[in-house]
Amino acid sequence: MPAVEGRAHAKLEVPPPSRFADKAFEWLTLAMALAVVLLVILVGWQLARGSSAAIQKFGFHFLATSTWDPVAEQFGALPFIYGTVVSSLIALLIAVPLSIATAIYLTELAPLWIRQPLTSLIEMLAAIPSVILGLWGIFVMIPFLRDYPFPFLKKYLGWSGLFTGPIYGVSMLAGGIIIAIMILPIITSVSREILRSVPNLQREAAYALGATRWEVTRIAVLSYAKRGLFGAVILGLGRALGETMAVTMVIGNTPQIATSLFAPGYTLASVIANEFTEATTDLYLEALFEIGLVLFGITILANLIGQLLLRTLKTSSGTRGA
Amino acid sequence: MKTHFFTCKLLAGLLLAGIAGTASAQMTINGAGATFPYPIYSKWFDAYAKVDPSVRFNYQSIGSGGGQKQILAQTVDFGASDGPMSDDNLAKAPGKLLHIPTVAGADVVTYNLPGSPTLRLDAETIADIFLGKIKKWNDPKLVALNPGANLPDQEMVVVHRSDGSGTTYIWTDYLSKISPEWKQKVGTNTSVNWPTGLGGKGNEGVAGQIKQTPGALGYVELIYAVQNKMPYADVKNSAGEFVKASLDSITAALATAEIPDDFRFSITNAPGKDAYPISGATWILVYRDQKDPAKGKKMVEFLKWAEKDGEQMAKDLQYAPLPENLQQRVLQRVNEIKY
Repeated sequence: MPAVEGRAHAKLEVPPPSRFADKAFEWLTLAMALAVVLLVILVGWQLARGSSAAIQKFGFHFLATSTWDPVAEQFGALPFIYGTVVSSLIALLIAVPLSIATAIYLTELAPLWIRQPLTSLIEMLAAIPSVILGLWGIFVMIPFLRDYPFPFLKKYLGWSGLFTGPIYGVSMLAGGIIIAIMILPIITSVSREILRSVPNLQREAAYALGATRWEVTRIAVLSYAKRGLFGAVILGLGRALGETMAVTMVIGNTPQIATSLFAPGYTLASVIANEFTEATTDLYLEALFEIGLVLFGITILANLIGQLLLRTLKTSSGTRGA
Repeated sequence: MKTHFFTCKLLAGLLLAGIAGTASAQMTINGAGATFPYPIYSKWFDAYAKVDPSVRFNYQSIGSGGGQKQILAQTVDFGASDGPMSDDNLAKAPGKLLHIPTVAGADVVTYNLPGSPTLRLDAETIADIFLGKIKKWNDPKLVALNPGANLPDQEMVVVHRSDGSGTTYIWTDYLSKISPEWKQKVGTNTSVNWPTGLGGKGNEGVAGQIKQTPGALGYVELIYAVQNKMPYADVKNSAGEFVKASLDSITAALATAEIPDDFRFSITNAPGKDAYPISGATWILVYRDQKDPAKGKKMVEFLKWAEKDGEQMAKDLQYAPLPENLQQRVLQRVNEIKY
């Protein structure tokens, strides 16, 4: 049609090409991106500066020793590092299969009418304030875990050494479970978006080859979305490492390294939340700052490892494709 | 030039007042610190607004550590703390810093036992429990103190505060006084390296864990135990009497404890016959030499009011008021503030 053609023609001519606008836009976005990077560097720098005396005094011992004694001013962060890593791993172990299965159901299998309400419900889980979840943890989850699942685990899996000792309820395992609940929504909704972005052509091609529904999901959808799903897991891990309030309320806050997951533990984020407001001496405060620095370092390390794994994932899928 | 500068300041002031949403020429006195006395301080500030409408108080309950830090950095007009400042910290103050005691409270030993009996405990038993030496409810020491009570053959689950708090300061101060072993191994602080037990966050965290765990025992603030109807033990004081924690027995501890002139006192294990031994006071921290004469004057007026009229309100909010003789001494100190 000539009218349409004319309009398109006019459209092309109206905005005079402005190099300046282009450049300005480029600079603006660059500045924004740099601001984010700068913020991360500033946080790291500030943490390092706030803990310089503690770093000098304790050196490597801070990371390798287990005594946390504010009275004698002896500070070792090992039990907190252990607690943060273990509770986050437990959380991932529980949350990842659940979230990805939920995302697959929501995008591949669920009847259309149920998808939206279910998605909203899961996202609502993310809206529950941490402290409320923690109170629910103390009053509902802990008594339940203590009376039913924990004795069961002790009876049948006690031989593994992971489920032994007295059952208090508050424990490393309870901490891991509450983190799992908190990272479920983010992993689920990111995974869902990724699965939705898998082109339908992929699915149709697999069906055309006579694949079953499970084969379509496995071959056409999951292997296509693998990298994105991995990214979702790393995002979840980032949140898990820093979860504070709810974990503090159910983990038992005891700085120790125990094999049994029934034993109470402590995390880096929890000790900061617990002790920062009432820390009166300088070295004590610096040690807490250094805890923050360690947590910052672990988060960055987790992301780096994630990036590396992602790269190997890319090459392996590349070779399979070839 | 000077008037110009003044107009600028005035304009800036008006602008700020506009932002804050108040156009009156009210003076604001800023304070920060302890969380324990927050309810009574807010009540005081509220009541004092009617006594002197020209001054308003802004109090942030950020914790005693924060209160001490902010008054040392002079970012607030007064600080507040649940424990007296250490010599080290006091040495950092740019001027002479005064400790003004306001009200007092107590820690009680609460527990989860069938039938919620009122137990009797003495210093040695409490220290042994928290040192991890008494592990079971039917320990001979506990049975000897409580011949009538039905103490089960059950593991005792010890619960303590995990967050730094004035409550823990009073608790560990008491244990350090009565047990040389505790003093040497653990010591006194807002948070310590606990020999045993689980950590709960806040009074509510400790109380929650005790309520949920049969056989648990821990310490919480008296107010908290009373409001939540939790059982708590009578504790044997240094005069050999078993005393129930109450506002009167706390005030009795204040009246009989030895109080030094700088008011950096501790009233745990006080000598009086009626004194509850695990009690502690809370303090307002102000500089003796006030920089701003107008603010200094208002601050002194308020402190005088608090020590006289304010103390009357304490009991309604479950705080123990200072005894008469101590009130007089504190008033004298307030009069020394220069502005």
